[in-house]
Amino acid sequence: MTVTLETKDLYLQEFERAEKSLPGAFLKNIRRSALERFSTLGFPSTQEEDWRFTDVAPLAEIPYRPPTHTADTAPLVASARGPLKDYQIAFVDGRFTPDFSSSRLPSGVTVGSLASFLEKDPGRIEPYLTRVAADGHSFTALNTALHRDGAFVHVRKGARPEQPIHLLFLSSRRAAPFVTYPRVLAVIEEGARAMLVQSFIGPAGGTYFTNAVTELSIGDGAVLDYTLVQRESHDAFHIATIQARQGRNAALTSHSIALGARLARTDLGAVLNGEGAECTLNGLYEATGHQHVDNHTTIDHATPHGTSRELYKGILDGKARGVFDGRIVVRPQAQKTNAIQTNKNLLLSKEALVHTKPQLEIFANDVKCKHGATIGQLDRDVLFYLRSRGIGPEEARRILIHAFAGEIIDKVQVDAIRNQLGGCIFLMVPGAGKGGT
Amino acid sequence: MADKTALESISKDYQYGFETLIEMETVPRGLNEEIVRAISARKKEPDWLLQWRLKAFRHWLTMKEPRWANLRYPKIDYQNLYYYAAPKMKAKPKSLDEVDPEIRRTYEKLGIPLAEQELLAGVAVDAVFDSISVATTFKDKLAKLGIIFCSISEAVQEHPDLVRKWLGTVVPYTDNFYATLNSAVFSDGSFCYIPKGVRCPVELSTYFRINAKETGQFERTLIVADEGSTVSYLEGCTAPMRDENQLHAAVVELVALDNATIKYSTVQNWYPGDKEGKGGIFNFVTKRGRCKGVNSHISWTLVETGSAITWKYPSCILQGNNSVGEFYSVAVTNHWQQADTGTKMIHIGKNTRSTIISKGISAGHGQNTYRGGVQILKIAENARNYSQCDSLLLDDQCGAHTFPYLDVQNPTAQVEHEASTSKIGEDQLFYCRQRGLSNEDAVNMIVNGFCKRVFKELPMEFAVEAQKLMSVSLEGSVG
Repeated sequence: MTVTLETKDLYLQEFERAEKSLPGAFLKNIRRSALERFSTLGFPSTQEEDWRFTDVAPLAEIPYRPPTHTADTAPLVASARGPLKDYQIAFVDGRFTPDFSSSRLPSGVTVGSLASFLEKDPGRIEPYLTRVAADGHSFTALNTALHRDGAFVHVRKGARPEQPIHLLFLSSRRAAPFVTYPRVLAVIEEGARAMLVQSFIGPAGGTYFTNAVTELSIGDGAVLDYTLVQRESHDAFHIATIQARQGRNAALTSHSIALGARLARTDLGAVLNGEGAECTLNGLYEATGHQHVDNHTTIDHATPHGTSRELYKGILDGKARGVFDGRIVVRPQAQKTNAIQTNKNLLLSKEALVHTKPQLEIFANDVKCKHGATIGQLDRDVLFYLRSRGIGPEEARRILIHAFAGEIIDKVQVDAIRNQLGGCIFLMVPGAGKGGT
Repeated sequence: MADKTALESISKDYQYGFETLIEMETVPRGLNEEIVRAISARKKEPDWLLQWRLKAFRHWLTMKEPRWANLRYPKIDYQNLYYYAAPKMKAKPKSLDEVDPEIRRTYEKLGIPLAEQELLAGVAVDAVFDSISVATTFKDKLAKLGIIFCSISEAVQEHPDLVRKWLGTVVPYTDNFYATLNSAVFSDGSFCYIPKGVRCPVELSTYFRINAKETGQFERTLIVADEGSTVSYLEGCTAPMRDENQLHAAVVELVALDNATIKYSTVQNWYPGDKEGKGGIFNFVTKRGRCKGVNSHISWTLVETGSAITWKYPSCILQGNNSVGEFYSVAVTNHWQQADTGTKMIHIGKNTRSTIISKGISAGHGQNTYRGGVQILKIAENARNYSQCDSLLLDDQCGAHTFPYLDVQNPTAQVEHEASTSKIGEDQLFYCRQRGLSNEDAVNMIVNGFCKRVFKELPMEFAVEAQKLMSVSLEGSVG
């Protein structure tokens, strides 16, 4: 426990050292109070309900410090020149990297480094930043206190960029463990429509800690398709909070794909803050080896006539642990809410483990809410059928796992990401053969 | 056709709110080792039991009252309660005639005339009046089969080996705050032992009542079904009106050995508090069954309409291979009632199966929470679980919450959970109205239909009572 305390102090000291150089004059007090919040809360322990199955003690054991020198970007070129490079803003170890970013953007769309906007145009940011993701756990508070850079996306009223906007967060390999606090603010104004892809990519063997916060403000009648792809190094810790606030008739579709990291925790929340808002959360998590993947989602129906659909699927192999905690809250005034939540898990090995907790908290009466969860293995009869058709056992398993994941992957709107993911899942499967029957 | 009995009893206030004025024999207010010793001494308990109580009490002192449940209630002052109260009697009654006529009248008002017990549908009642078991019937008939059915205090005196062997094996004295408190101060309760290969010919039943003012009641029930035996046990509860909140922390332990079956049914109708949420019973119960042997079977059926606060998770430990656990529950919260209930199924043995059917009905300002756990341990090959939790909301101020926990450590397991929350469909109501039913009848019928899956698990006599209770509990909130 003393280790945890010392590590907490490390972050507090870091703030004292860096406070003067952190961007954003209006953020000064907000950063201070966020740091106090972190200081009070400390690192969460497994005694807390929200962290019961996710132990962050190993994270607190390693002293992560901010990166000291600029990264060598040469090995990252291949990752940065992906199919989404047209509207791309890239960050390496948390720092804006213009070389990997594109400046050609359609009218009505602004994408830039958050730090530079905090310097030159804070008025555009102030009404939203730290207001969408106001509370949250201690890691969110830590990011609020210490974030230095990230992406700012502004889609003006009625603008409809056709290409997806790509926010790329790359991590390099460094000798010393380092920490980054990427912060993203996306403001989608009234009637606008946009596709946003946020990727976290890290090199094999990279030991670092990403503590990310993304705030999505979706105006009345706006439509946002958000894809989150997490492919961090298997030695990295990834803790991310994504918080969306939706206006009247606003629609959010999110695709959260978690494949990497030694320990990944994603808190995805949506507040349906205007009548008739719609929210669709899709998710896929795959873990093998000693990976730990934790997805927490909260859909907060705060206004009437809201609709939400949620489908999260998990594939767990090796000694991996999966956690799913989905909450649907229907406030007293949110009548005529229609919410459906589903979580399905596939266990491929004897050592893999899953904790799932779908929750409904309903305070209104005129609602239709449902949730369901399943945990199981590959269907023997189906495997037998495939084998009876002359398909080998490995191949049959591969087909079934692919089909299981396919339900989520096929929903991804961005073609390039969908194609890429199809390949990823396929690559991962052979290891899946070891467990099983 | 509307349910006639349900209709008649609707819009009735709590019928069982009366108080029996008899002298109570109590130990002083508060809780300390002396009180624990006094309770044990008064019951002439052997030393091992006293030591067990004391161990529990000392452990209890180190524990914190849990606050994780989705319940709101004022802090309970454990030092301001009486921990033992027993009706004053000269000696133990040898027959029904010796029972205090005042007590007997109380039961008559409740509709269980002891004098007519033997004629009544073959039910043997072990009535617990506050803390002491006052009468036991059918004992002779059961004794011929070797079945032991008596109060737990009596069992401690007459069958100490059996009690010592099983007491605390399912719910250890360290289990949780309320169970530990119960272990230290338990007053009375029922004990039942079904010998090898015996099928209990009658439904065993007990009625619990809380009577003495400010007396928390701490029953301890222990049921052991030996190899190949079968028993069905009923428990029903009503309590008189009272303004101050009363604490109730019972423990029920079930043990099923090889090929044994235990069916445990409860209708709980304690005083829920008045329409403003004043008063009512605080009910913190630990119920757990252990399917110890192969092919054993434990089934819980509960209908909860009473209590201001209900905290109850009847669970099954599925230890034996091929053992089966079942949980069927209807929980109603009306006015300001709060319920945080559910079950826990712990799969340890191979090919174990469990079914959870939970129906929650909320009306008024009632808050109804289902909290369930399904655990499949690593060695539990081919385990199977199916859970279904449905909630029905009748008013716009009430709430329904579902918190299922599913933990699976074995890939051969199949676990499914489904839950839904909705109000009564307008089209369903319209259909009934159009057939000439009043709004109230229609709601009643739909609610009864919603609960049918659970009611049909109840023994006949209870099913009728349960339906009545439902209508009484929902009185004034429908239509």
